[in-house]
Amino acid sequence: MTPHMLTRSLDRGATLFLAIVAACGILIPLSNLLLPTDSSLQVPTYLVALWGKYVCYAILALSIDLIWGYCGILSLGHGAFFALGGYAMGMYLMRQIGTRGVYGNPILPDFMVFLNWQKLPWYWYGFDMFWFAALMVVVVPGLLAFCFGWLAFRSRVTGVYLSIITQAMTYALLLGFFRNDFGFGGNNGLTDFKDILGFNVQAEGTRAALFALSCLALIVGFVICRAIVSSKLGKILIAIRDAESRTRFLGYRVESYKLFVFTVSACMAGVAGALYVPQVGIINPSEFAPGNSIEAVIWVAVGGRGTLVGAALGAVVVNYAKTVFTSGVLAPYWLFMLGALFILVTLLLPRGLVGTFNAWWEPRKARRADDNAASAAREDGISAPKMAE
Amino acid sequence: MLSLFLIAVALPALAGPFEDAVAKFANDEFSDTEEAIGAVATSGNPLAYPIISALQDGRLMADPDTKKVFVTGTDGNSIDAASGATVANVPDSASAVRLNNRLRRSVDAALGSLTLMSPDVAMRIQAARSVFKSHEESALPVVEKALAKETSRTAKAALGEARAAILLYKADASEVDKLKAVAIIKARGDQEALALLTDIGSDQPASVTKAAAGAIGSIQNSLAVWSMVQNAWYGLSLGSVLLLAAIGLAITFGVMGVINMAHGEMVMLGAYTTFVVQEMIRTRYPALFDYSLLIAVPLAFLVSGAIGVLIERSIIRFLYGRPLETLLATWGLSLVLQQAVRTAFGPTNREVGNPSWMSGAFELGQITITYNRLWIFCFTLAVFAILLAMLRYTALGLEMRAVTQNRRMAASMGIATSRVDALTFGLGSGIAGIAGVALSQIDNVSPNLGQSYIIDSFMVVVFGGVGNLWGTLVGAFSLGIANKFLEPVAGAVLGKIAILVLIILFIQKRPRGLFALKGRAVEA
Repeated sequence: MTPHMLTRSLDRGATLFLAIVAACGILIPLSNLLLPTDSSLQVPTYLVALWGKYVCYAILALSIDLIWGYCGILSLGHGAFFALGGYAMGMYLMRQIGTRGVYGNPILPDFMVFLNWQKLPWYWYGFDMFWFAALMVVVVPGLLAFCFGWLAFRSRVTGVYLSIITQAMTYALLLGFFRNDFGFGGNNGLTDFKDILGFNVQAEGTRAALFALSCLALIVGFVICRAIVSSKLGKILIAIRDAESRTRFLGYRVESYKLFVFTVSACMAGVAGALYVPQVGIINPSEFAPGNSIEAVIWVAVGGRGTLVGAALGAVVVNYAKTVFTSGVLAPYWLFMLGALFILVTLLLPRGLVGTFNAWWEPRKARRADDNAASAAREDGISAPKMAE
Repeated sequence: MLSLFLIAVALPALAGPFEDAVAKFANDEFSDTEEAIGAVATSGNPLAYPIISALQDGRLMADPDTKKVFVTGTDGNSIDAASGATVANVPDSASAVRLNNRLRRSVDAALGSLTLMSPDVAMRIQAARSVFKSHEESALPVVEKALAKETSRTAKAALGEARAAILLYKADASEVDKLKAVAIIKARGDQEALALLTDIGSDQPASVTKAAAGAIGSIQNSLAVWSMVQNAWYGLSLGSVLLLAAIGLAITFGVMGVINMAHGEMVMLGAYTTFVVQEMIRTRYPALFDYSLLIAVPLAFLVSGAIGVLIERSIIRFLYGRPLETLLATWGLSLVLQQAVRTAFGPTNREVGNPSWMSGAFELGQITITYNRLWIFCFTLAVFAILLAMLRYTALGLEMRAVTQNRRMAASMGIATSRVDALTFGLGSGIAGIAGVALSQIDNVSPNLGQSYIIDSFMVVVFGGVGNLWGTLVGAFSLGIANKFLEPVAGAVLGKIAILVLIILFIQKRPRGLFALKGRAVEA
């Protein structure tokens, strides 16, 4: 990425967003570690872990916005890529437990000893090495997305059909990972982690570092997405979103573009999952539940699809609301809230929070000759149904 | 002294063979007990059955000092086994007559042969079957006697099979008899017959061994065929459930291009309507319970249909042309509906009963068919036929087809497409409600009922193709049957995963399903 591309792809809003994330990523861990616990400015460890979770969700939302907001691919199975990345990380963490498990087996994780397995299945080989696991975090979701996308886009499966088969994909994985003989811990999943790279997962320092890393990943992911959508490739993606057939007739190989962006997005989701697992301390098959994937889509819708900043913001806002509502007396009403959010956002706020703000703000600064390619792309993005006429 | 003598003389004189036999139970010797069982069973005395069954249950008490035997009833009253007279209490010195495994077999056989003469046909058949299983040689005379007297055709067949089983295992039976026996057992053709023929041992005449081997082969073949038939039936049954759940979805998706994620909740509402109807009937008019489903069907249609129209008017019509947003909004709606039902009825399963005409099962050849599955199958076909007729012959059906094929053209021809949309959505939802009534009979009625069907329903619709009900029919039944044939091979979960993967691959080949509407649009 050339410096020129970087500056071109970042407008003022994006810069502000990156600055905020970077500030959080530095200040929150520092305040957690350095300030005394009785200080009012000190961020408790549980909050660090909680916000770390939100940041991971924000990365997932970013990956969904990249394909949905800019290429019109609504994946209802992105939770699957997230969970696969999480499982890859979980497998590394399981191998790190070593003899400290309940059964004290140096090679086999506890659940395998419990199931009377004699040796490690071949697909667990290599996960004792961090670099291999880290590679798999990207490769496994990417490969699945590549194969799946190659089949789907080549035969021009689009719209709701694609949404439904992505949902079927994550549902099939859900059923599979629930099985004990798949070798991923079945119903209970992978948990009881001890170390990551030799540091205790539970330790405050590790948690703070993981939080900082998650913020870094969000920044890198955001910059990558901006670079993609503000490049020439991004223009073609938007063209595909708005008029797929027309783009094809103009001579672009639509399926290659879709496949590329779908795979990149899946890799990002995998990274989000990998950062998520050590912070929450467990990964189990329920992460594959179709409902999770759809919920992630609503984060994007709330924040504003096709804005990137909005996706991340939506993920944090919705999940913060979820934490607030599900922990208090209002818990029985959370599903009403969430359901209403789905309905109201699609009906009344189709551009999401950031999109609506932009629509209000853009005319004001329109007087300034704005040749910023990215914001033009974003405006196009908002008036999606233009092609229908 | 004299009286004592008299009694001593008189007792044996008074006692018949039955009483003698009963007294042997008190000797506490297994060989004596066995003789006693045989003698009592063949005595023809009405007390024989209570005595032997008491013996089986350990309720036959014998006093070794007085040689008296008592039957203690399950109700606490006791009788003297020899005379049948009621006794106030069994003496403390009496203890239960002991049995070993060999004796237990004799007891079973004796009970079997005793009930062979029972006036109740079902009991006779039961007894004949237990003799068939035990093939105890001692039962042969009774079986033959019963066979001569038997009038019921089924009972006669069962007795004939029992006789054949005994003869086949009887060492001194003639070769001709044995060959006939093999033929009879072969005709029975089930697992038990197979077990019987496999165990005959090597001391049989060569011709019998050969005939038995042949019979085993043919039974195995026929059992394989029956298991195919069984799988096919299970598949059809599952297919009918899928069809019922998917058919409403096919209508809404076919006509409006809208995937209604809250479709499963319409099914759930139908099931809860059934629950409410049954609750009302249970508390007010218990006599009407058998008709509860007949009452619930139209009500469920109305409830779900009305909610469907409401949803269409209040949410979906604002989202036309934006199928992905519709998908999200209806998903949100499904969350709200689920939570609403959870709040109103509680999160646990609610009890919905089967009316008497839907419970039970019957046997067809070697397979068992439960009535509820059969009724649901018939009901599904009826709903399908009515819907098809409606689409074909009514004005609304015509309009719906027109809108499906070309919305703008239909609008130009004066069809009120928005009215058709609302009614279509109501119809699709109403049918989902009806499906809920049927599903309440075989599934748990809980707020999550709909969710478990929604993905399967999508698969059916996507597989079958949009805008064609026949596609949905073929899709549902082929998925159902494929599922049930994969299940024994791969297990239930893996079978389901395999089906999902196959559908995902199938979509690549035919992105518009089996029966796609042909059109000239690029993105039709």
